[in-house]
Amino acid sequence: MKRHLVSAADLTRDDALLVLDTAEELAQLSGRAVKKLPTLRGRTVVNLFFEDSTRTKTSFEVAEKRLSADVINFSAKGSSVSKGESLKDTALTLQAMGADAVVVRHHASGAPARLAQSDWLHGSVINAGDGTHEHPTQALLDAFTMRRHLNPGAGNDLAGRRVTIVGDILHSRVARSNVHLLTTLGAQVTFVAPPTLLPIGIENWPCEVSYDLESVLPKTDALMMLRVQRERMNAAFFPTEREYTRRYGVDGPRMSRLPEHAIVMHPGPMVRGMEITAEVADSPRCTVVEQVANGVSVRMAVLYLLLGGATLTDTPRTDSVESAK
Amino acid sequence: MTTYLIRNAQILGGAPQDLHLVDGAIAAIGTALDATADIEIDATGLIVLPGLVDLHTHLREPGREDAETVLTGTRAAAKGGFTAVHAMANTFPVADTAGVVEQVWRLGQESGYCDVQPVGAVTVGLEGKKLAELGAMHESAAGVRVFSDDGKCVDDAVMMRRALEYVKAFDGVVAQHAQEPRLTEGAQMNEGQVSGELGLGGWPAVAEEAIIARDVLLAAHVGSRLHICHVSTAGSVEIVRWAKAKGWDVTAEVTPHHLLLTDELVRSYDPVYKVNPPLRTAEDVQALRKALADGTIDAVATDHAPHPAEDKDCEWAVAAMGMVGLETALSVVQQTMVDTGLLNWEGVADRMSHRPARIGRLAGQGRPVSVGEPANLVLFDPAYRGAVNPDSFATRSRNTPYKGLDLPGRVHATFLRGTATVLAGELVEQGGLA
Amino acid sequence: MTAHQESAPRPPHQVLDGTDIARVITRIAHEIVERAKGAEDVVLLGIHTRGVHLARRLHARLAQITDQDIPLGTLDITMYRDDLRLKPARALEHTEIPPGGIDGRLVVLVDDVLFSGRTIRAALDALNDIGRPRAVQLAVLVDRGHRELPIRADYVGKNLPTSLREAVQVRLSDRDGVDAVLVGDRDFAARSSQALAAQATESHLPE
Ligand SMILES: [Zn+2]
Repeated sequence: MKRHLVSAADLTRDDALLVLDTAEELAQLSGRAVKKLPTLRGRTVVNLFFEDSTRTKTSFEVAEKRLSADVINFSAKGSSVSKGESLKDTALTLQAMGADAVVVRHHASGAPARLAQSDWLHGSVINAGDGTHEHPTQALLDAFTMRRHLNPGAGNDLAGRRVTIVGDILHSRVARSNVHLLTTLGAQVTFVAPPTLLPIGIENWPCEVSYDLESVLPKTDALMMLRVQRERMNAAFFPTEREYTRRYGVDGPRMSRLPEHAIVMHPGPMVRGMEITAEVADSPRCTVVEQVANGVSVRMAVLYLLLGGATLTDTPRTDSVESAK
Repeated sequence: MTTYLIRNAQILGGAPQDLHLVDGAIAAIGTALDATADIEIDATGLIVLPGLVDLHTHLREPGREDAETVLTGTRAAAKGGFTAVHAMANTFPVADTAGVVEQVWRLGQESGYCDVQPVGAVTVGLEGKKLAELGAMHESAAGVRVFSDDGKCVDDAVMMRRALEYVKAFDGVVAQHAQEPRLTEGAQMNEGQVSGELGLGGWPAVAEEAIIARDVLLAAHVGSRLHICHVSTAGSVEIVRWAKAKGWDVTAEVTPHHLLLTDELVRSYDPVYKVNPPLRTAEDVQALRKALADGTIDAVATDHAPHPAEDKDCEWAVAAMGMVGLETALSVVQQTMVDTGLLNWEGVADRMSHRPARIGRLAGQGRPVSVGEPANLVLFDPAYRGAVNPDSFATRSRNTPYKGLDLPGRVHATFLRGTATVLAGELVEQGGLA
Repeated sequence: MTAHQESAPRPPHQVLDGTDIARVITRIAHEIVERAKGAEDVVLLGIHTRGVHLARRLHARLAQITDQDIPLGTLDITMYRDDLRLKPARALEHTEIPPGGIDGRLVVLVDDVLFSGRTIRAALDALNDIGRPRAVQLAVLVDRGHRELPIRADYVGKNLPTSLREAVQVRLSDRDGVDAVLVGDRDFAARSSQALAAQATESHLPE
């Protein structure tokens, strides 16, 4: 694996399977009385969140603590836009604190890539969601959830599985990371959205595109609903909530058109009544709660694989100090 | 005044000849001139071009002296072979009054490295709401003839029409920064395959083309002169070509970076590639080169846009837009136009000196290299090869996209009315003001 | 340096063959039954990788001797290692604790080679997080000495005094196609790609 996880495209098939298999082993821990492992003892992981995200931050924090890392939460919400401390100065501060890894969530696409490429800090950079770009650990937990349901077993991929992702693809980092990772794992991805919510150039992405949800449902093994923000309506991406729901939402009758084995996924937070009805959200086929639990295992796997081993680069940083302890 | 005898120089790439510079003018041209001078320069292998004229330079003074001053900007211009630059109006305060344009003009005079022709704002504060005192700026010592809200588009159709009409009274021209504002809200880079993948707000080509189409029609309707700043798309080229074919008085410029770089570079998220208009696709680059070669695009203009390090050392979304370009322009043009066979040195002189001077109505600039003309000249070594080193720049800023890139050619000497501003590739300090 | 070059590394030689290994396992099985008084509450845990195969053989032997199906599990101690930062992160092996758990049981850890003791230290830490055994014992095929921690084995197949210059390779048919224990110079081993591959999965080098 590379030293950073900035994009799901950074992961080869072997890397991705290694993460999933490792996560599968680590998932056993949640059934144990003692859920903690000493693996990252003495290593410092910083959660650098420029944007509120209780669920992602909590998930990473649980994963870090289960691996016994020293966790620092660095909330920098809005700081760089409001001309407070710059991303660079924040990074230099974290470097001075001896951060071995920085989990970064940022409203600007590419901010984690900037951190990873700069010499501002030497630790691993893990992208916890950047702007409308990517959210690779979300894609990993989605793939993990799909594999458990559709092709369980260590070493297995998602070859031939049909994944339909519905909603605001244009603004979705989840969709971008998923199309990379799912394609790497052999799945066939179909995006369903109104044309206004699809990026220009989508025809060159490794996926199918459809404007018609109904026709895609019977050919779907995993249906992933994305959150649609009501504000998009004001920018004329679609006319009304009602029309969006009618054309692109999933309800009981639509769910029944899915094959028997198919699952319904959602990265959360759900907007009930918009893209998904309560009937679907609360049905046993909906994996939302499971996805949250899987998120911890997958993030533990990523942290272990990026940090648990030797640092393969020539970064002297604080190693000597810590090994002397 | 120091006299110069330049030996064996290739005027516009022609056969080697000698040039004798006396009292600010070209006194003689010939082979094996029997003349003496204070300084003799062996120009074997060097090309002589008329001093370059830039229609589009951001000198940042007044207001952002941390990025550039008139002095540092004109030193950079001299190093790039320029003898005249048009200083854009988006300063603080905005150059929308006679007072500000005169201040910039005077600073240029004092620098001694390069003529500075201030550009006046079209509207007060570049806000697009109220016409600036265009006549007063024209009548000032700065003698403004080019007006632009560059950085912002004059998007109101009526305002644009009035400005086009009004400046006819003194042979002025409106230089439009073509960017439809609603279509570019939140825009971060060219809208296309790459923006979709990177999740950066798209800046569609149509946002530029729609304004250009509207403005050529407006200019035709009111019979005015129109100049289009930094054309960046193949579609814009088509519209300009169509307008010219109609016989309308429309001119256009292209930047060196749009002749060389594409939006693929944005994949690094390095804001050094963030610029307005954005880097486009390889097809656009090819169309722009072709248009510059066939004259559809009249001029190369640098859009030299210096920014301090902190405005680029950050995440893409908050980074400033713009690149420095004065000191690399001629090299980029050699690489993209001359070395590709699209343009000879005569053509380079036309697109980088004659035509921009004519568009800006600059007397004494962009003249032919012939006896009796003002000695505004550049000696260029096209055989030089070397990596771009920003630390050697004269500009105060370092935001070049070419760092470490091997670009051909180097300015050997620049003469401003017979005074050497650059010799052997190094600035010649002027008048103790530097 | 020159002295090293003069004494050329010796190729590995065999110290135990398949018959020896089978005999040793039978002996250890009998010892367990004897010391654990019928092995009533014993849980066998094989430590990855070769300890798992040895534990399986021991389990089969104990079944023959006692007529009981003694609980058998596996233990991956990767996440408990103290040398994680010296090597690239590795894939985890499967940890499988038998359904009855380990609380109040006699856990017998099974590994192939006892060397520095660090692997066993890690295994004890792992056990600590899994439950509370009545007692923990250790069975190894080979004890090669050079302990770095106060750890000893309760059941030893063969004591094998070695120098630190030497490497011990255990080969098991389930994994390596043949049953054998080999000893050779590390220098030689380092030059043999096969040995190198073996080293990468074992933990017998000084840590
Ligand atoms: Zn502009």
